[in-house]
Amino acid sequence: MPNTKTSVPFVGTTEQAAKLQAVIQRHKGQRGASMPVLQEAQEIYGYLPEEVQVMVAEGLDIPLTEIYGIVSFYSQFILEPKGKTHIAVCMGTACYVRGAGDILDDIANHTCCKSGGITDDGSVSIEATRCIGACGLAPVLTINNDVYGKLDRGQIEPIIDEYLEKAKAEEAAEQE
Amino acid sequence: MSMINIKLNNMDLACPAGSTILEAARTAGIEIPTLCYLKEVNQIGACRVCVVEVKGARTLVAACVYPVSEGMEVFTNTTRVREARKKTLELILSNHRKDCLTCVRSQNCELQKLCIEHGVDQVRFADDELKAEIEASTAHLVRDNSKCVLCRRCVSICKKQQDVAVIGANDRGFATNIGSPFGRTLGEMACVSCGQCIIVCPTAALTEKDDTEKAYAALADPKKHVIAITAPAVRVALGECFGMPMGTNVEGKMVASLRRLGFDKVFDVGVGADFTIMEEGTEMMQRLETGENLPIITSCSPGWVRYCEQYYPEFIKNLSSCKSPQQMTGALIKTYYAQKMNIDPKDIFVVSVMPCTAKKYEIWRPNQQAVTGCNDIDVVVTTRELGRMISNAGLMFTNLQDEEFDPMLGISTGAGYTFGVTGGVTEAALRTVVEKLTGKELEKLVFEEVRGYDGIKEAQYDVAGRTVKIAIASGLTNAGNLLDSIKSGEANYDMIEVMGCPGGCVNGGGQPIQTGFVQSFNDLREIRGSALYKGATDSRHLHKSHESPIVKEVYSECLGEPGGEKAHHWLHTTYKEQPKYPGLAAEQKK
Repeated sequence: MPNTKTSVPFVGTTEQAAKLQAVIQRHKGQRGASMPVLQEAQEIYGYLPEEVQVMVAEGLDIPLTEIYGIVSFYSQFILEPKGKTHIAVCMGTACYVRGAGDILDDIANHTCCKSGGITDDGSVSIEATRCIGACGLAPVLTINNDVYGKLDRGQIEPIIDEYLEKAKAEEAAEQE
Repeated sequence: MSMINIKLNNMDLACPAGSTILEAARTAGIEIPTLCYLKEVNQIGACRVCVVEVKGARTLVAACVYPVSEGMEVFTNTTRVREARKKTLELILSNHRKDCLTCVRSQNCELQKLCIEHGVDQVRFADDELKAEIEASTAHLVRDNSKCVLCRRCVSICKKQQDVAVIGANDRGFATNIGSPFGRTLGEMACVSCGQCIIVCPTAALTEKDDTEKAYAALADPKKHVIAITAPAVRVALGECFGMPMGTNVEGKMVASLRRLGFDKVFDVGVGADFTIMEEGTEMMQRLETGENLPIITSCSPGWVRYCEQYYPEFIKNLSSCKSPQQMTGALIKTYYAQKMNIDPKDIFVVSVMPCTAKKYEIWRPNQQAVTGCNDIDVVVTTRELGRMISNAGLMFTNLQDEEFDPMLGISTGAGYTFGVTGGVTEAALRTVVEKLTGKELEKLVFEEVRGYDGIKEAQYDVAGRTVKIAIASGLTNAGNLLDSIKSGEANYDMIEVMGCPGGCVNGGGQPIQTGFVQSFNDLREIRGSALYKGATDSRHLHKSHESPIVKEVYSECLGEPGGEKAHHWLHTTYKEQPKYPGLAAEQKK
């Protein structure tokens, strides 16, 4: 049994909770309610941590084990939040044969973040995605909403650093 | 019931419409092998061991879920079928940790049995690197997923029958595993320790936490005065460990074997049950008089008590404050018996033999010390563990001459005896309470309405000018449904008996394990329960707890009145609301 509990503390707002409750009320009692509720819950929170799954389980009167069984079965559901800088490396066939695996390892080393994981401070998360349909750009990855293609090893690290510095600067500005 | 005709292995067979091929074949004397099947609990056709050939069907079909139809031709023993079953077993073995020589379920393992029956005489696809995956965070259970065959019987029984659902199937494909969400341990979940998952597990993926070493250590310690106490339900199941027919009452041989294992005294928890009746009966009469905290709900079953604390905390005030019979027996040993024998209670070690795994948890509950610093019970071993201890010692169990319990706390009434079966506590309580309230002797002892094995039973009696409404639930899903009906105002009662396991202790999580097929087609509750009722009437001279000479003596010598101050100190306990998600709650507290 792998421990799939995220290390990032849960922060949910009352607005998010109210939204989720409305979703639950809309679907409660329906057959197969758990799928649409979980999908909408993920839209609200960005991911499905234990706290959210408990709200869904209690709201729908379905055991948490069953909710978690569904969440861990489908890859569309994610248990880790996305970091401030979210890197998605395409692992489709074309990207993979052009070295996406090495690039993914490099990024993981560079950012000290596991593939499929998030750093404890929530700054970086890495995802290995299925084919994103941009095979002409292989190997391709996205950082937040920006696409970077035709990458060689060693090219991506400085780009990532830019994102990290920008995120840091924004955070500092917010705190002031 | 309408019947239809099929051909089974070229022979004509009439069977009820709607039955599965498996059920139909059974009536013709054929046991189609099963591994995941458990009638009415787990019928999912997952393991593919029960496949058979149906004429005209494209593929082999799973007999456990495939319904028969008119004119169907079924073949259960063709080369194709045998080869498919064998291949399936070989594939299951490929990621099963095969430490069969040292495995606790060896010779009582459904996978092993199937492999022998299907001639799996070599391991063709072995993963020799498999490591044990031990999860042992609770007092009662050990999970080892390296032996799990993913049959999901445990998941189904936990959810459907026990309404607890603390384990499920996680992830997918080859990574599929049975466990609690988020990799949490069972100890971080609201598990009630009932152990029903253990008795349905076909392999040793789920076993009780073995505490026999603790018992052996005490027996080997010359300074310890070691006492064995046995629950009523143990004696009607222990024989199964030694190949005796189900429902054999082996009380005398059980006592004889415990003496031969070296116990200084062997007492009967049925005696503790008699005290429970005195205390709980008194509490019930008080509540009936004041009308407060009705219905009174029994507290003998620790699985139920934990369920109440975690899932229905609003009913905690209704629980009887009485300790369970096990704890009362232990409490009386460490107080009354210790004083009488002039032994320091700290030198007494009580080994409790139970049909129950939740009892392993119960001994560590708060307020279970009649003597401060001294647990009422020191260790709990299940019926299965006692069976192993007896085999270990080389005792020829079936040949032993019957012996009797030691008299001081060893002669229970027929009332105490029936605690091991659903409805038993109620009947025992009624025998005392009705006599006390009416002041007249009962005309008949048996309260028919409270007997039987339905999940929820109801009865109503006119006692001393008032109506007493009773409900009895066994199995926690039934208990939950009953409490829901009270919450919604649909029903109201004066007294409720709840047993955590369906049928009561006779079907407890610590009892000998029968195969899924045997469990599916025999009512173990009834077979063992009937033996208990028979024992209660046959062998006992007295049938009412308040007439027991032991009860009379202990109250007059030491306890004073039932419900009195000393009785409260020794024989009662407390309850507290517990979180439904303990792991998450603990983290949020931080």
